Amino acid sequence: MDWLNANNLPWLIPVPPLVSFALIVLFVGRSKLWTSIVAVTSVFLSFIMAWSLFFHTTVTDKFGVTEAGEHIYDLHIFGSDFTWMDLGPTAFKMGVAVDPLTAVMLFMVPLAILMIFIYSVGYMRAYPVGDPHEIRFSRFLAYLSLFGGAMLTLVVADNLLLLFVGWEVMGLCSYLLIGFLIEKKSAYQAAVKAFMTTRVADVLMLVGIGYLFVETGTLNFREIMLNPEVLERLGDANLTGFLGLSAASIIGSFLVIGTVGKSAQFPLHGWLPDAMEGPTPVSAMIHAAAMVSAGVYMVIRMFPLLEAGGNPHHAEYTLPLIIMGVIGSVTALGAAVLGIAQNDIKRVLAYSTISQLGFMVAALGIGAYVAAAFHLITHAFFKALLFMSSGAVIHSMEHGEQHMIAEGKHPPHRVQPGEATPWGNTHLGLHGEAPDDAEWQPVMPDGIQLSFVAVPNDMRLMGGLINRIPVTAFAMLAGAASLAGAPLISAGFWSKDEILADGLLFLTDSSAFEGHAPWLHILVFLSLFFAAILTAFYTTRMWMMTFLGQPRSEMAKHATLKHEHHHGHDHAHDEHGHAHDEHGHVEAHAVVEHHDEHHHEEHAPAQGFDFRAWWSVYSNSFLMQAPLVVLAFFALTAGFVGIHPEFPILEWFTGGHNFFHEFVGKTLLHEPPGLPWSWLPVLASLTAFFVGAGLGYAIYGTPRDADEKDFMNVALGDPVWHALQNRLNLDNVWLRTLYMPFEWFGRVVVYRNIDKELIDEALHGIADAATAIGEAIKRFNRVVIDGVGDGIPYLIWQGGRRFRSIQSGRIQQYLLFSALMLLAVGTFFILQLF
Amino acid sequence: MEFTGILTGILAFPFIGGLVILMLNKEAKEQARVIAAFATGASLLLSLLVFFTYDVDAANAAHASLIENGTGPIVFQFVDHITWVKNLGISYQLGVDGLTATMVMLTGLASFAGVMISWGVDERPREFMAFFLFLVAGVYGVFLSTDIFLLLFFYELAIFPMYLLIAGWGWVELREYAAMKLTLYILIGSVIALVGLLVLYFQAGAFYTANPDLLPAASDGAYSFDFNHIHLAAQYGAFNVNGYMGFDGLTIARFWFPFIFIGFGVLAGLFPFHNWSPDGHVAAPTAVSMIHAGVLMKLGAYAALRMGVQLTPDGARVHLPWIVLLALVNVVYGAFIAFRQRDFKYVIGFSSVSHMGLVSLGIATMNNTGMMGAGLQMFSHGVMTALFFSCVGMVYDRAHTRDLPSLGGFIYKMPIVGVAFILGGLVSMGMPPLSGFVAEFPIFIGVWEGIPAEVIAKAPTSLTENGAHYYGLIVILSALGIILTATYVLRVTAQVFFGDFDEEKYHEVNTKPLRVQDRVALIMLSSWLIILGVYPQIMTGMIQSAVDPVVGLLKYGAGLQ
Repeated sequence: MDWLNANNLPWLIPVPPLVSFALIVLFVGRSKLWTSIVAVTSVFLSFIMAWSLFFHTTVTDKFGVTEAGEHIYDLHIFGSDFTWMDLGPTAFKMGVAVDPLTAVMLFMVPLAILMIFIYSVGYMRAYPVGDPHEIRFSRFLAYLSLFGGAMLTLVVADNLLLLFVGWEVMGLCSYLLIGFLIEKKSAYQAAVKAFMTTRVADVLMLVGIGYLFVETGTLNFREIMLNPEVLERLGDANLTGFLGLSAASIIGSFLVIGTVGKSAQFPLHGWLPDAMEGPTPVSAMIHAAAMVSAGVYMVIRMFPLLEAGGNPHHAEYTLPLIIMGVIGSVTALGAAVLGIAQNDIKRVLAYSTISQLGFMVAALGIGAYVAAAFHLITHAFFKALLFMSSGAVIHSMEHGEQHMIAEGKHPPHRVQPGEATPWGNTHLGLHGEAPDDAEWQPVMPDGIQLSFVAVPNDMRLMGGLINRIPVTAFAMLAGAASLAGAPLISAGFWSKDEILADGLLFLTDSSAFEGHAPWLHILVFLSLFFAAILTAFYTTRMWMMTFLGQPRSEMAKHATLKHEHHHGHDHAHDEHGHAHDEHGHVEAHAVVEHHDEHHHEEHAPAQGFDFRAWWSVYSNSFLMQAPLVVLAFFALTAGFVGIHPEFPILEWFTGGHNFFHEFVGKTLLHEPPGLPWSWLPVLASLTAFFVGAGLGYAIYGTPRDADEKDFMNVALGDPVWHALQNRLNLDNVWLRTLYMPFEWFGRVVVYRNIDKELIDEALHGIADAATAIGEAIKRFNRVVIDGVGDGIPYLIWQGGRRFRSIQSGRIQQYLLFSALMLLAVGTFFILQLF
Repeated sequence: MEFTGILTGILAFPFIGGLVILMLNKEAKEQARVIAAFATGASLLLSLLVFFTYDVDAANAAHASLIENGTGPIVFQFVDHITWVKNLGISYQLGVDGLTATMVMLTGLASFAGVMISWGVDERPREFMAFFLFLVAGVYGVFLSTDIFLLLFFYELAIFPMYLLIAGWGWVELREYAAMKLTLYILIGSVIALVGLLVLYFQAGAFYTANPDLLPAASDGAYSFDFNHIHLAAQYGAFNVNGYMGFDGLTIARFWFPFIFIGFGVLAGLFPFHNWSPDGHVAAPTAVSMIHAGVLMKLGAYAALRMGVQLTPDGARVHLPWIVLLALVNVVYGAFIAFRQRDFKYVIGFSSVSHMGLVSLGIATMNNTGMMGAGLQMFSHGVMTALFFSCVGMVYDRAHTRDLPSLGGFIYKMPIVGVAFILGGLVSMGMPPLSGFVAEFPIFIGVWEGIPAEVIAKAPTSLTENGAHYYGLIVILSALGIILTATYVLRVTAQVFFGDFDEEKYHEVNTKPLRVQDRVALIMLSSWLIILGVYPQIMTGMIQSAVDPVVGLLKYGAGLQ
């Protein structure tokens, strides 16, 4: 078999990370150096194959519509399959296929994953948490490899079943990675929450997949999506006779539920902010390149099925589209509102992710197929960038924390003002002095606490970091600009603009709706417009609080990514000592030796460039920031492929082509129509950005003190502010309304009432009954059979004795009997009257 | 007479091994273990041989008429046939089709793993191993028999060693109760089924006496316990004569099917006759739990399919549409209870009830996909639950408690056990690409498909006359069971394997390392879960070849006459 043939090459793309997983687990896990090499090399191989395939697809003419107007429909263009499971009359086939949508994913995913891997090596090498289990670093990269392999499997899959395999394995990996620090109870709880929430949605999605297979006999994308007869039949509402829904609507709704879980849409969004318990590269992986993108990718992929029987461009919405439009709008706006009240830098990003995914889902709900795909790609770039930048920020803050510990000072531990702390230990102030006991431990909450902000993540303690980590600052600025939608120069602007343009179709081309009311378009546009304003606002807030102004804590003053030697402190605290044992040395003297050497280097006069010395100081700095620079490039420029063909001035550069639209549009049976040119959406995008960012700058652009109340807190008042910080208490509502009744039902009704009381008692009842019958027969034998002989004389004797007592000779007693007799007889006769 | 010998070998090794062990000196503990390992190992190798050399294409070709028209015998392979009591039509007759070949291999895996795990049984190991081998021999016998009398003989033979093993080596607090409960449930179930089968035997005899030209050439006489003899009688409609007991619409098949199906279904844990199983699992020693949940429950499902559905197909058409509701209750109900158990072993016990519900659900779809899923689920669940119980046993041997809240942190001390348990848990919750998913997904699809139209047309009932649309609802409701499964698996994993490890309380973990035998068992079982998940085609073809004839019979076999 020719594996390098373009039809078979997609098989190979997910293989290297999976092999890397096996290699790390089985062989090289003991060595940090080899683990890093294996992991990064494997992803690099995938990256090379994926990009070569991508460029191959951009020049091929095998996609889309032929001259004659027929869609090229061939299962074996850039794909191949084999029989995986016989099912009697039919069979499941496992296969891979690449079409334009897959191709752009193959452009984005391996690149983002590669950057995340390089970054992870830097981030996890010095992960400043005590390491009770030495293979933790390797375990992390092993999980990450499995995750990457699963994501690539999902992308190249040519059928829903293989997609589902990748989807579930990613769910498993996210569970393992979010709960990576298993000794932290909150991390474990977050992992379970993420897994269970997505699992509920996944099982329902599987139900939908099953139904789809029953209706069509295949799960192959091309056989379903490119086959107008199948789509028409599925879209026929008379097929099922269930509530007037078509099969496509039922299947589509189940699939959308899968996405709601996986892409953290309302009301199943609660797991994503908690998923921040995982190490930062995980966040980048889960929230940018992989898992949440997978959810949106799946609905984009299945879009022809979701709209079967309707036409969103004519305001004929099918049920799945309505669900997506409404849920996406609610999520985009709601998460943006929550995003402005977060003080944890990663949580701001988490809410922005939820919100941006809401943009995509809502866009798909109104039929903006290409725009959703476009935003998926640009979002992946800038969100991976933002998460990794935030990781660099946190890492540098942790460095500052270590520095303070080294100097015998106490890192700050913050409590929300005026709030009870369930985890106790509230006496520590913002710049608390070291307590008497020298061993200082960071205070961890017991389980997930919504209002708890880990100290290094706390934006209120940052400030002025632009001077400490300038590369990160500017890279993050690029990402933030893209998220906020900075006009013209950022990728996010172009993709968001396209979504808004689709939403505005009801104004720009109202004739398209042919008299149907485009209510979903209006809803989606309004929500997304306000969400865009808020996005620009909180993004500005986040960047300014982090990087501008004066450092608001000791930690921020000493924040750095460089490896510094802390003079005169206990090596036991120096978690960074582990950073050096890339050769597997764990002996203490090796660390000390290294330190001495390092010490020596610092004071030695510079004599040429010494790579080892440079690497020992700047390795983390380099490994963590180089990927940022690469991603920053894409976060700014990736949008230029999707400019509206008639955009003034820029049309000279694009030559009147919207490359992205033309390329990805070929995925569909009928290429989606381009939008008419109008200034309105551009104006909307510009307004959103300038209003949001302007307000953000006006409020947070001025230096502030760490203890100062947030402006929005003052403006909104404490109750609203705390409600926002507590996510409007939705988590508790779900706990009470969903989990607890189930738990109660299982415990009380099923186990105790039915199983123990009903069934077992019935059984014991039968046993008791049998015993009782036996006993009865025994007694019958003794009493009746035996008793008959001597019973009769006995009864006569007994009766005589009883009646004898009546004849007592006492008058009063006779009178009493007579009176009772009269009463009884009288009652009897009176009752006869009626 | 026909004699290949391989299947007799599978059956004979544990039986002879058990006899040899009984003849040993009382002190010969190690020898008893080695002999048991040898006997089960030899059977395992032979069963692997059968599994991998079974000719699927030949089977499909031989069953073509049965699949397309619903007429024709089941053609078994590796047949051993010796006439035994000719006057009654009883013969020693062994053979395998695709499903039994799979089940026999499952028995081989679970029994060999069981002996490996039981290496540490130090209390009268000689008797333990001997009874264990008799139990295994009985189980093999049920799967291999193609003669109904022989099948029932082995069925009873399997129960008594089980009783002794649980009552003698089980958990002290529960063993007498559980052993008694288990034996009574299964005996009563099998007696009810036996009565039904005897009715079929006499009816078939009467039918062939009246129609001697239809008598199969291979039969010894009109009256025979040979499976195909009665199977063919069923195809000729011998059990479908209307007016049984004077009721219109009632036939022998329709009257006796529930007795046969549910009689054997008791052993498959069918609701509401499941309660023997969790108590039995908990009370039994580890190896017996493995055989018990891993194989014995499949034996019930297998016998219900072979004796119930295949011998009285018309009864199946009428009754399975409501029995599916019992299966649904099984799935959800077992999961709910497992979700709330404090005892480690009870969780697994009730999870078996839930998973066996999926098997019944698959059978009750009466279509190829669902039944194939049921077959896969039987294998997958067998291996998975054997793995589960061996993990539980290893933890319990060292911790001496199964109380979930007081356990914790065992993955740091016993990483292999932890990983194996998590793997089993993932299979249990249907995580692709592991075997649980490839089993559950066809079942789901099968239930979506619903009962084939041909089957409904043969025997319309008030439930099915609308095309059995409620099957769609059943899919959604049984999905609830899958979600609950994930919940309790995560909970148990967290409570036992994660969290803080109590060094003082569980100090034995440090002094009692895992034996090589334990590792062999864990790796052997785990690898099958992965292999089947990644490449199910290794087994689906075989199971399909056994299931297609059943569906063909249900679709096109004789209806009401």
